[in-house]
Amino acid sequence: MSIMAAEVQMFLLFGGVLGLLTFATVVGQVLESRSAGAPADGGIANLNARINGWWAMVACAGLALLFGTTGVTVLFAVLSLAALREFITLSHTRRSDHWALLAGFFFVLPVQYALVWSERYGIYSVLIPVYAFLIMPIISVLHGDVRRFLGRVAEVQWGLMICVFCLSHVPALLMLDIPGYEGRNILLVAFLFIVAQSSDVLQYVWGKLAGRRRIAPKVSPAKTVEGFLGGVLSATVIGAGLWWITPFAPWQAASLAMAIALMGFLGGLVMSAIKRDRGVKDWGWMIEGHGGSLDRLDSVVFAAPVFFHLVRFWWAS
Amino acid sequence: MNGPEPTVPPDAALSRARKGRIRNGISDSAAARRGSLIAAALAALLRHAIVLFSRLVTGVQVRWSGCGPEPVQRIYYANHTSNGDSILLWTALAPAQRRRTRPVAAADYWAKGSIRRFVAKAVFRSVLIERKEVTRGNNPLSALIGSLDTGASLIVFPEGTRNTSGRTALPFKSGIYHLARARPYVELVPVWIANLNRVLPKGEILPIPLLCTVTFGKPLRLNDGESKASFLYRARDALLDLAPQTEENAR
Repeated sequence: MSIMAAEVQMFLLFGGVLGLLTFATVVGQVLESRSAGAPADGGIANLNARINGWWAMVACAGLALLFGTTGVTVLFAVLSLAALREFITLSHTRRSDHWALLAGFFFVLPVQYALVWSERYGIYSVLIPVYAFLIMPIISVLHGDVRRFLGRVAEVQWGLMICVFCLSHVPALLMLDIPGYEGRNILLVAFLFIVAQSSDVLQYVWGKLAGRRRIAPKVSPAKTVEGFLGGVLSATVIGAGLWWITPFAPWQAASLAMAIALMGFLGGLVMSAIKRDRGVKDWGWMIEGHGGSLDRLDSVVFAAPVFFHLVRFWWAS
Repeated sequence: MNGPEPTVPPDAALSRARKGRIRNGISDSAAARRGSLIAAALAALLRHAIVLFSRLVTGVQVRWSGCGPEPVQRIYYANHTSNGDSILLWTALAPAQRRRTRPVAAADYWAKGSIRRFVAKAVFRSVLIERKEVTRGNNPLSALIGSLDTGASLIVFPEGTRNTSGRTALPFKSGIYHLARARPYVELVPVWIANLNRVLPKGEILPIPLLCTVTFGKPLRLNDGESKASFLYRARDALLDLAPQTEENAR
């Protein structure tokens, strides 16, 4: 198996994903035609909008993959931009933060991705946690506005950490040197995404089918214990089943998948808490049926740095 | 102030205005016609570029929460916090609405310099009105009523100036009441523009790409015998109803 070319594995993966989407589309259409005439139910329309959203997202991923490492890095820089604008839109910045935000959007974000692209781990892992952390409040304080100062700079820093720093660990996977796995790192990105996203989808499915006990009624009333267990365990099984595209043994792939699914679930809770406090249901409206980009990326954002460091520590040279 | 009573329905007036323009065109010399064709093409190109740019920067979400995107004649009145308000509202309109809608802009700023004048006149087809030296001859209301009589929709900011007070909206100036009284068949649509003041605060040149929403509310008209004060209060209230309720937006 391990001598199978990366391209062949990528084709198989994409074929699998497209097959699943086609299946989901057919099911969605059948459900819709069956429910014709029945009282309007937003559920099926939303399901089909979600499936269409998935087609668009997979198309974007495929397009980026055609351009290799650079394409994937640029895709994530754009996703970071979309996520950061959603995050800052819901944060309490003031006019006096304008220059700091300009620096965040148009300097920190592109520089972070340029550093990831040029494999400068020593700098990109401190750019935002240390240098942006120190310089952004300096830019804000120069405007002399002290109102809610700590809250403002803390929210902006949090936004940069979540939407730029954490998310940039996805393309950073491409730069890891893993002996015997050269030229195939793109499959690690695929592994992370397939596990994180299928965990989200399966939590939803398990929750709909078997959900009884609410797991976090105050934060996210739709999440249930059954959805959580079913989703995380099925994602673990899916991850184990994908061991052949990774440098991991099956049990290792299962453990990493479980770590991804757990971080994804907890990250989803954290991001829900923020949304709930701000009184919104979705982060934005970028993807029809899904809400904003952060609604789709919340689990990946929390899982990516953990997955990156686990692989870097145990597998990279 | 009493505007002249409307004598023709607006759509007939519009088609008459169009015919008038065509007739005038025939008498132009060929060179002038070519020049104005190039200017018109450039203006159309700029219009598309500006719509695309403001969509990209603001990711604008349009909410039709009290009326639909039908291209009927309307006066859109909105809160005013940023230089880009007219552009974003105009971007939020459906293409057919956009074609008949003219922003109202201050002549003291927009009539200065040939580039500004081109942008205001050719690109946005603005109605320029005098804010400072108002005389009988350049009364802003007659310009607005005149453009309503050609069938155009208008974009106005009844607060009169950009609101940087931190309050949700300033008190309304009375112009909107006089318009409603002069042309009672034109519906007034409140429009709340959210967040654009954070994208481009007063005095800044570079925008930050935060998300904006434009919410169109329920149309209103002047009631029979309604006083100026109560109409202005009602219109402002209809606009404030569209504002998101946050602790910072307390009325």
